[in-house]
Amino acid sequence: MEPILEVNNISKEYILGRRVRGSETFRELFQRKLAAPFRRNPVAELDIRREHFWALRDVSFSVQEGEVLGIIGRNGAGKSTLLKIISRITDPTTGSIRLRGRLASLLEVGTGFHPELTGRENIFMNGAILGMKRAEISREFDAIVDFAEIEKFLDTPVKHYSSGMYVRLAFAVAAHLHPEILVVDEVLAVGDVTFQKKCLGKMGDVSKSGRTVLFVSHNMAAVENLCQRGVVLERGKVVFDGTAKDGVKHYLSGISSAPGATGHSVDLSRAKDRRSQQAQLLKRIQFSTDGGRDLTEGLSIGSALKVRVHFELHRPTASFNVGLGFDNIFGQRIFTASSFFEPKRSHGEVVGPQVFVCDIPSLTLMPGDYSLRLWLDVNNSEADLINDAARITVLESDYYGSGKSPWNGAFVLPHNWYLEPAAKTDASEERPGVLTAKL
Amino acid sequence: MSTFDLKIRPKSGWQPLDLPEAFLYRELLGFLIWRDIKIRYRQTALGGLWAVLQPLIAMTIFTFVFHRLAGVHSDGPPYALFAFAGLTPWTFFATAVNQSSNSLISNQQLVSKVYFPRIFIPLGAVGALLLDMLLSILLLLGLMIFYGWALTWAVLWLPLFMLAAIMSASGIGLMLSALNVNFRDVKYAVPFLIQMGLFVTPVIYPASYLSSKWRYVLALNPMAGVVEGFRHALLGSPIHWNSTAISLGIGALLFVAGLLVFRRLEARFADVI
Repeated sequence: MEPILEVNNISKEYILGRRVRGSETFRELFQRKLAAPFRRNPVAELDIRREHFWALRDVSFSVQEGEVLGIIGRNGAGKSTLLKIISRITDPTTGSIRLRGRLASLLEVGTGFHPELTGRENIFMNGAILGMKRAEISREFDAIVDFAEIEKFLDTPVKHYSSGMYVRLAFAVAAHLHPEILVVDEVLAVGDVTFQKKCLGKMGDVSKSGRTVLFVSHNMAAVENLCQRGVVLERGKVVFDGTAKDGVKHYLSGISSAPGATGHSVDLSRAKDRRSQQAQLLKRIQFSTDGGRDLTEGLSIGSALKVRVHFELHRPTASFNVGLGFDNIFGQRIFTASSFFEPKRSHGEVVGPQVFVCDIPSLTLMPGDYSLRLWLDVNNSEADLINDAARITVLESDYYGSGKSPWNGAFVLPHNWYLEPAAKTDASEERPGVLTAKL
Repeated sequence: MSTFDLKIRPKSGWQPLDLPEAFLYRELLGFLIWRDIKIRYRQTALGGLWAVLQPLIAMTIFTFVFHRLAGVHSDGPPYALFAFAGLTPWTFFATAVNQSSNSLISNQQLVSKVYFPRIFIPLGAVGALLLDMLLSILLLLGLMIFYGWALTWAVLWLPLFMLAAIMSASGIGLMLSALNVNFRDVKYAVPFLIQMGLFVTPVIYPASYLSSKWRYVLALNPMAGVVEGFRHALLGSPIHWNSTAISLGIGALLFVAGLLVFRRLEARFADVI
């Protein structure tokens, strides 16, 4: 059978700073045009001034009807650009795409919503923008309102909606589209957990109904659950194309080999995802373990971990706290260590460079990668916060001393199993006769 | 699987208009117009009354300043009617050009997040103002009864001149909206140009003030013919058909040029906006 979607050698070039040709002011345009005849190599001149960037490079794959494809990759790998090209929002620089079915794309929740229009009006507007016919929207109207749970506010302008209501309504409209190919980008990252579940359920229904779905998400569990096939993008190229399970595995193995983050010492001045209220007070984070093992390789389960957080206080205070959050690869918080809970703090007011040490005698997390969120509170309010400040890898290891590495679950706890010696058994409690009688 | 088959490939150069696709999305054009009408007067106390108040106030001021003080005379009907009949298409044109030239920018989210024929965005902005023009025409008919000025059979020409007004406004609006994506200078230039335009369009004065040579120069302005035509159709004023025809022809050319320029620049809207 011919594939419903064929992507052939798609490349997309952007020019950094100013995107793709254009976006010049009149003055620049005239300057360039006027100077052109006097320049030896006008193209080279442009190349020097502007850095080119290939968001996608020779991307090819095809999708069969009814397939549910997950597109996985880190931020900036080119996923969104790819979806935009498939949705015809922007043109490829080279290559071509063949579509053999009607496509609807949902790159953002609530596209075309107008704050002044009521919920009812926005359902029609949004539906029309996403490619639905008026009659279709009327037919689905009740189902949409039902799904969004906004009956009471149907005739209220959406500017008065809570953000939760807004998102629910927006997703509800999109969920009732009936295209042959549905393209969804990360829209599930919004809303509360219950509604996210509902959305995922709806997505599952859509895929089960035999429609073709292209799904981009950072939620690996969702990708594994919904998709049969996974394509992994890395720096604009397809680096993996296979089952969703293997795709997720490939993606995650790429993450743990990411350079820089896991090490003895991380300089925080280069942190990307940072929220500093005034100054960047957090300076450096150092890790050590008692085994003398090189931390760049990872820790074994149950190792001691000593974390030294270097930071600075600009004003003398005794009221400050440092926190460390351990998040797993699904972004779930597994463990929080905060000085807030430390009962034996006895220091007075301090100022200037400080080192706060967190001593974890036994880090009993399951094998895997953990991303650390680090924050500093001063006088009970957040002063500096860094997401993904460092990464810790816990290696498969023989924690229980049985020659087997544990699996399943989030952490290990010291525990023992044993059979009670037969002589101790209280016969009156466990008599088969009593059980029979109960049955 | 449906018979749907589409090939996406890099586009460059001049693009033809995709009429079948525009037809497929025709309902959306209606929705965009409806939305613009709905939100235009939301949260205003006077609401849709603004559509008739604006030309009415302008008419009063024009009559006082240009007729009473400066001594400009109409070519037949009472000056107030004369001014209002000119202001009706001119206000439509000025507002439509202004709104449509900014339409892509104010709908950035739509342009960068969802696909549909982009041409509908500036066209929708123009279409939403048709209602105002119709209300204004109705008001003029009321004023004519008030002044005891009779309608003639020339009114049958009105649809033609309305179409010409729509084409001129859309042509310029399409062109400017596309340029506005790259050059935000447009946003600042448009109000100024519209103000200038009022003086090279026979809104305040009758075209018959000019010698026939200058009338042909005036005809290069597409709105000159439209304004003259509106007065002929509604008030029965004399019309100079040769210069009017030229003017309408230029309006039609502008419309085609607007479509072409828009289609040519369309491919990179989402990347640049």
